[in-house]
Order: sequence, then C-alpha cells, then structure tokens
Amino acid sequence: MAGIPHDHYEPKTGAEKWVHSRLPIIGLLYDTIMIPTPKNLNWMWIWGIILTFCLVLQIATGVVLVMHYTPHVDLAFASVEHIMRNVNGGHFIRYLHANGASLFFVAVYMHIFRGLYYGSYKAPREITWIIGMLIYLAMMGTAFMGYVLPWGQMSFWGATVITGLFGAIPGIGESIQTWLLGGPAVDNATLNRFFSLHYLLPFVIAALVAVHIWAFHTTGNNNPTGVEVRRGSKAEAQKDTVPFWPYYVIKDLFALAVILAVFFAVVGFMPNYLGHPDNYIEANPLATPAHIVPEWYFLPFYAILRAFTSEVWVVQIASAVTGGIIDAKFFGVLAMFGAIVAMALAPWLDTSRVRSGKYRPSFKWWFWLLVIDFMALMWLGAMPAEEPYASFSLIAAAYWFAYFLVILPLLGVFEKPLPRPATIEEDFDAHYPPKSTTPAE
Amino acid sequence: MFKKLTLAALTALGVSGALASGAHAAGGEAHVEDYAFSFEGPFGSYDQMQLQRGLKIFTEVCASCHGLKYVPIRDLGALGYNEDQLFAYAEQFDVFDQELNDGDGDFRPARPADNFPAVTSAAAPDLSMMAKARAGFHGPYGLGINQFFKGIGGAEYIASLMAGYHEAPECAPEDFPGYYNTVFTVGGYPEECKNEEGAHTVPGSWIAMPPPLAGDDVEFDDGHSASLHHEAADVAAFLMWTAEPKMNQRKEAGFIGVFFLLILSVLLYLVNKRIWAPIKRKH
Repeated sequence: MAGIPHDHYEPKTGAEKWVHSRLPIIGLLYDTIMIPTPKNLNWMWIWGIILTFCLVLQIATGVVLVMHYTPHVDLAFASVEHIMRNVNGGHFIRYLHANGASLFFVAVYMHIFRGLYYGSYKAPREITWIIGMLIYLAMMGTAFMGYVLPWGQMSFWGATVITGLFGAIPGIGESIQTWLLGGPAVDNATLNRFFSLHYLLPFVIAALVAVHIWAFHTTGNNNPTGVEVRRGSKAEAQKDTVPFWPYYVIKDLFALAVILAVFFAVVGFMPNYLGHPDNYIEANPLATPAHIVPEWYFLPFYAILRAFTSEVWVVQIASAVTGGIIDAKFFGVLAMFGAIVAMALAPWLDTSRVRSGKYRPSFKWWFWLLVIDFMALMWLGAMPAEEPYASFSLIAAAYWFAYFLVILPLLGVFEKPLPRPATIEEDFDAHYPPKSTTPAE
Repeated sequence: MFKKLTLAALTALGVSGALASGAHAAGGEAHVEDYAFSFEGPFGSYDQMQLQRGLKIFTEVCASCHGLKYVPIRDLGALGYNEDQLFAYAEQFDVFDQELNDGDGDFRPARPADNFPAVTSAAAPDLSMMAKARAGFHGPYGLGINQFFKGIGGAEYIASLMAGYHEAPECAPEDFPGYYNTVFTVGGYPEECKNEEGAHTVPGSWIAMPPPLAGDDVEFDDGHSASLHHEAADVAAFLMWTAEPKMNQRKEAGFIGVFFLLILSVLLYLVNKRIWAPIKRKH
C-alpha cells in the first residue's frame, strides 16, 4: 500500500509471530495507530475523534435504551416515560442519547466546513470526501428515524412531512411513499420499520467510518497548508510528521474532554433546550401542531426545501419546460437533495490548484460567506413560511448553489494565490523556530 | 485558536438550540410571567414543601378533571411522604385491575405501586408531562435567547395560565363560548375582536376550562398563603416535578460529569503540552 513511509510492525516473540503469520491484526492496529500525521495540524483536526466518540456513545446508550423501549404506536410513548421514571439511570441515558445526536451534528458540521476551508476534498482525497458525504446522509437518516421513535407529536408530524417529500416525485412518488411508510399513512408499520432501520444504520455508518479512515490513511491527512507530506524516504517523511500515537491521541483526548464537559453541562442542566416541547405530547393523527419544525441540524436543508415556491421564476420555468411534471414541491425536494449533491461534487467543481484556503485571498471571503449563509439558512428553516423569511430563504439557498456551482469553478481561474511553504517542515519551523542558532553546550 | 473554536462551538450550540425552540414565537405571543422557581438554573432543586402544597392543590382541585397517568404514586416518596402516608393517599383513587373478579377485572382502591389514574371523563388533557410540553419563553426573532437564560418556562406558563383569567374584553359577544384568558393563545377568538387586517386586538384567547383557582381554594396545615398567585406557582412547581421527577439526580450527575471532565481536561492539557514540547522545541 502506497502510504507515507514509516516503520511497520515486526512481530518479536514467538506468540506474536504465530498470530501475525495467521492474521496480521496486531500489525493492522499498530500501523493504524502509528500512522505518520502532519505535525502542523491545528485544532480543527480534532473533530474526527469527536465524531468517532459520538458514534460509540450513541450505539452504547442506544443499546441500553432498546432494552426498555417498545416500538408500538400504543406503547412507545409510555415506554419512553418508563425509561425516564422507572429505569435506573434511564433518564440520564436517554438525555445523553438525545443530546448526543446534537453533539454528533455540531461535530460533523465543524468537520465538513474544515474540509471545505482547507480543501481536504481535493485530489487525491475525493473518495474520502464522498464516503464522508455518505456518512453524513446516513447520519441524517438515522437521526430522523430516531426522532420518530418517542412517538410524540413532532415525531409523528415530522415523519408525515418528510416522507411526504417522496410523494412529490412525479408518477411513482405516491407508491414510494406508501412503500416507505408500510401503508397509506404514518402508523405502526412505519414506527416498526423506522425502529429497525434506526438500529441498523449506525452499523452501516461504522462500516463507512472504517472505509473513510482507510481512505485517508492511504492518502495521508490533509493539513492547514495543504502541502503534501514528503514521501521520498522515511527520513524525509519524519521531518513533516509525528506518529499519531501519542501526539495526536493525547491532543484529541484533551479536546474531547473539554467538549464533553460542555456536553455534560447541557445534558445535566438543560437537556430539553435543543428539543421541542410538542414532543412531550403523545402523537395524535387528528391534531396537527401549529408549527412543524425539524430538529436544528436539518433546518438549513429544510429552508432550501421551502425556498422554492411556485412564485419563483426558476420553478415556473422548470414547470413550463417539463409540462408541469416538476412542480414547486418536487423542485423543492430536488433542491434540498441537490444542495448536498453540489457539496459532494466539490472535488470536481473546485478548479483551483491550491488546496488550502489559507493561501487563497478571495476564496476566504466566499467561504466565510458560505458559513454565514449556512447559519442564516438554519435560522430561516425555523421561521414561518411567510415574508420576509421566504425571500431571505431564496437568496440564501441561491448562494449555497452559487458557491459550489459558480464561485468554486471560477475562482480557480481568476484568483491569484499567495505563496505557499514548500514543505510542512518549513511551515512548522516558522511557528516553532529551531534553536540551532544558539550555540550547543 | 482553541478558545475561538470552543466559542464557535458554544455559539453554534446556542444558536441551533435557539432555532429549534424558537419556532413557536410566530403568532400571538402572550405574556408569561417569569416566576422565580427554586428549581431553576444548574444549582436549583425542588422545594419539597412547595411540591407538597402543589400536590394538595392538584388532588383537591385539578384531579377531578385531569389525570397523571404516567406518574407512579410511589414516586411521591420523593416529596417526603413515608410508606403509610403513600398507602393512605393512594386509597382515594380507584383503579381498574384486570386480575380481579376471575380475570374479568374490577375496580379496587389504588396502591402506591399503581400510577395515578387516567381521567378521561372531562376530556381534559393528562398533566403528567404538561410542564415539559409547553414553553413559556421564546425569541427574540426565533433565536430562543430568552430560553437560554430563563429556561424553557413550562412551569411559568402553567402558573401564568392559572392566574391569567380576566373579565372578557368589551369587543367580545356575551355568549362567546369559553373563558377569557390572556395567556392561552390557541383557544377560540371572536371575529369582533379582530381589526381590519384580521389581527388580534386583545391578548390571549378563550379557553374551555373554567377558572380552576380563585385563591383560598385549599387550606394548608402550616398556614401557608393560598392566594391565587401562590397557588398557581405551587401547582405549577408540582407539575414540573411530575414531568421531570429525576431533575435533582440529573443535575447532580451533570455536576459530577463536568467536575471530573474538567480535572481530566487539565491533566490531558498538561500531558499534551509536555509530549509536544520537544517537537515544538520548547525545552
């Protein structure tokens, strides 16, 4: 495997050799944990470990919750209350799980925007990026179905609205929706399959995470300069890198401990802040809540979904050209998924040869505008569908597409990048100058 | 750099939470009074005496129409009652037991192991989780900053609602059904009280529930005031407890978690600094 040259595992004792010649698992773990890692990584490179921790946390707490939960429309809501009141520590485990989803998404958005700024998606890391996007999609599916399980009002109506999106697909939409729901409406069959998939998908995510790590361990980590680690020889590579253990393991664990302190404060002192009061009312198919709002982490894409109404000219053109097959609702669905597809295609849309945003003077501005745009969409997604929010949503949604489809391709042509360091060592030495100038003892 | 990131993460968390909970802000916003409950904030805990007063009000007033079907009666032990008192309290409720009468089922007096009965006769909502199912504070601009500082405000909402009954405004027809309440926003509203644009001209709406409390509805053994304002706060505190009975334990666990994680953070910070020192040439 063409990785960065480094020392590989050598079995020493007889027992180690016996195992190694049959299953080189110790060698695999050794090479994974000792992987040469650029020594100039900043604090934005901690989120991968946070995300891995989140996955483990969610699976561990989830396994316990499943022992006490009942996936049935008549019993689900009461079984969650049973967890909250009668199960030892159940209230805390459930709040860890519910807020754990939020921590998971805070971390994934940090991780994604770090990748966008430092050009981590660019060659040769396209597959890492695509796998990451698949993980993100699987996370959204898992979180959505998990939110349905308590069978509160927002669970039920959220499920109704989101599965309704598939009903917007022309011709076959209704059949797909019925197939997804297991019937004409959200009901027991829906709850059961969501429960099943909510348990299954995290293991799919775990497998994707393994492939994600495999991919970037092959290409090596990106780093803030975007300059590749030298691979000519082991000695050369060692000037640019440090082994993952102990340097980054300890650094990441420190960051994890700080973030978990904040997380435990949220779980301990304000566990319902990120939730919605309506979900403490049992699902009632006959009473629609005044405002159906998805969880915060879906809001940016929910805003894009709602932005394209029948009054928008692109929608009208699309409708006219396709003879009404693409109506406003279907256009919104396409836009929502398209927004994620556009992001996934960033490796091929970004024409700049410079990887890191640090050395791209114009790119920086557009990037931070995208961050603001994302926050604005999040806010707009929670606002009612009326003016002026509708117009703001349209502008914000338009910028999201413009960034990936217009700005990234054009910037690479017109932008004049700043000079970059030749090596990671050079960048690192600029921050931490060698003391060779002082005379030796 | 790290400080900046932590701040960014906190802001993201704050803003996102604000957004998630801010949606209610749209529509008629009623004024919910900010009661100073003992259980607010990280250090707040339930006031056992207040919960006992609230239980008395619930039992003597609310329980005739409302149930608490998710709450086991034995949980009242947390309010300071002993086993004999719990048995004596439970007896006043009749619960249906399928095992009686050779499997045909029959009613029997409740025991502490039973839940409070569900009351369906008056079509009134169950109150087990009401304090978590309502929000007292929103905004501004859907940002939920008020909730960050004041809490979600379910108990404040209930207390304000109890004390929110007023004489109907003059614009309303005399026979308009329900009772005018300035805090309740989702009830009936007469056309006569809207202006040309259809906007509401008076706060609140008309609720189906007659005013449950008027002041001095109950008499406390220790002579504690039973004014409307006090009663409203006491019953709201009790309903906060029924909605979140493990709050004290949760906050305790939160403190233990934060405390040990901060110690761990300091240790890991020092370890990290030390192992990186030779790489960063700081020796």
